[in-house]
Amino acid sequence: MNSIAELPPRSFEVKPKLDGQGEPMGELLEISMGPHHPSTHGVFRMDVVLDGEEVVKLKPVFGYLHRNHEKIGEAVSYLSTMPYTDRLDYFCSMTNNWAYALTIERLAGLAVPERAEYIRVIMAELTRLQNHTCLIGFFMQDMGALGTPMMYAFREREKILDLFESASGARMMCNYMRFGGVRVDVDAPWLAQAKQVTDDYGKFLDEFEAFLTQNEILLARTQHVGVLPRALAVNASITGPMLRASGGNYDLRKVDKYGIYSRFDFKVPVGEHGDIYDRYMVRVLEMRESIKILQAALRDIPAGPFMDPKARLRGFRPKPGEVYGRIEGPKGELGFYVISGGSPNPYRYRVRPPSFINLTILEDLCLGHKISDAVVILGSVDIVLGEVDR
Amino acid sequence: METLEQIKARLEKILPLTRLDLLPNECPAGERSLLVDAASGFAVAQFLRDDPQLLLDYCSNVTGIDWPQATIKTKVKKKVLVGGVEKEIEEIIETLRSGHLEVVYHLYSMALKQGPVVLRLRSENRTDNTRLPSLTPLWRGAELQEREIYDLYGVIFEGHSDLRRILMWDGFVGFPMRRDYVAPDDFEYEPTPHDEGLQEAKKHYPAEVKP
Repeated sequence: MNSIAELPPRSFEVKPKLDGQGEPMGELLEISMGPHHPSTHGVFRMDVVLDGEEVVKLKPVFGYLHRNHEKIGEAVSYLSTMPYTDRLDYFCSMTNNWAYALTIERLAGLAVPERAEYIRVIMAELTRLQNHTCLIGFFMQDMGALGTPMMYAFREREKILDLFESASGARMMCNYMRFGGVRVDVDAPWLAQAKQVTDDYGKFLDEFEAFLTQNEILLARTQHVGVLPRALAVNASITGPMLRASGGNYDLRKVDKYGIYSRFDFKVPVGEHGDIYDRYMVRVLEMRESIKILQAALRDIPAGPFMDPKARLRGFRPKPGEVYGRIEGPKGELGFYVISGGSPNPYRYRVRPPSFINLTILEDLCLGHKISDAVVILGSVDIVLGEVDR
Repeated sequence: METLEQIKARLEKILPLTRLDLLPNECPAGERSLLVDAASGFAVAQFLRDDPQLLLDYCSNVTGIDWPQATIKTKVKKKVLVGGVEKEIEEIIETLRSGHLEVVYHLYSMALKQGPVVLRLRSENRTDNTRLPSLTPLWRGAELQEREIYDLYGVIFEGHSDLRRILMWDGFVGFPMRRDYVAPDDFEYEPTPHDEGLQEAKKHYPAEVKP
């Protein structure tokens, strides 16, 4: 049991280190990293207090992209929020769509046809592939490998975005899922192309890993840096690859078995040390599992309708009630909490953003490390500011 | 997992509670919730977290909800004898709901892979007493989410170590997620030196080209 007493105490008052005579060795330096800084992955600021090069205090500051997404969601109809969920985590619009559609389907009691379930799994796993690939690219960029790894990652991402574009009409803002299915069907050439991309992805990962996994600089910069103990991770509601790298075996695809995930045979990679390297490795291994899911889904996808014929898009008014729906997004548990008052728009619409909550422990991870490590630690948390600020 | 009735019965045995209600949920797929009074909220949450049968070690989601004062109309079917014949009529009952703010916690167990238990706390009113106990000492995961609720709804969490605005800027007045919040026409308007400069400059324009 993780009680608070076991967790490290948090101090708000910091003082410079003392020398042998009990005198302070120097002065603390407070710097503001961001909001416009390439390493902060968007408009994000860290108020860092440094003792020499060592971080002694770090407060994340955000809200620069805040547009009160939840308030807008309460002012418009249920369906009108769907395209807006794309803009939460703009790297993973497909999984955002799915989480929202799943919640409303539970609220209104809608069924989803077989084919749509398969299409959703394919889209979600493709999203996971491109999110993790890009994250590793960004994260190498944060570490000083300027450009090259990110460009390789973006080359692969482009192939997946091509698939998204030909299925939904948009590369990033897909707006693809609907309550009770998906907006448009995918055809046989699309599935063949998706199969081609999936089959080639393993080779790309081999190549990527050959450069990175054993790389001496990557090992030196990431091992034993930013260690997150499992007890703290669970207590601070950390989810997704961050939690699993710390040894928490909790993947909603296995726990909740939403959609049709119970039909696929895949493993949940779990780390041991909880450091940055484990977070990197967990993501790489997760991609390999995603490829397995994709291959099975592309092989087994049945013919049939892609939309529940009973689902109504216009005049959609679910009965009063409330529901919390969640899925395993690439960044962690993405949840939606909706209260219906019986009107065309929700009474309360809430997003549980995984990367916002994963930022809770940023200070704990950075304390005692060098300022340059703080950049890498932030990179390994995997945040997208569209979702953090909402 | 235990049903909410069993949890409620056990809680009532252990803790001296003033209020513990089971709220229904009309949505069949949704969960019912436990409504606890603010005074015993922390103790109930601690029980839910540490009880070996529940072990709700993971606080997934924290939500604020605003319920302004309103009259709720509910339809009730009634059987009435009209001229010796029994007839069913609908009667509308109006009840006054006092305004309050509500905070909802969705609790899961990572250790036992079960959940959720939905815990609700309600403030006394929406204006002068919006205090609720903070559950951040139990679950660090509530830290930023409670700050967000403070920021957007104005719930004051007692026992939160770092209660500041998080999404809105410091110095912002009001709580934008409240139902009765009216957004100003222009958030960013402030008289600038530029305006004064223009007024100043007008004095020097010749009369015929005065803008």
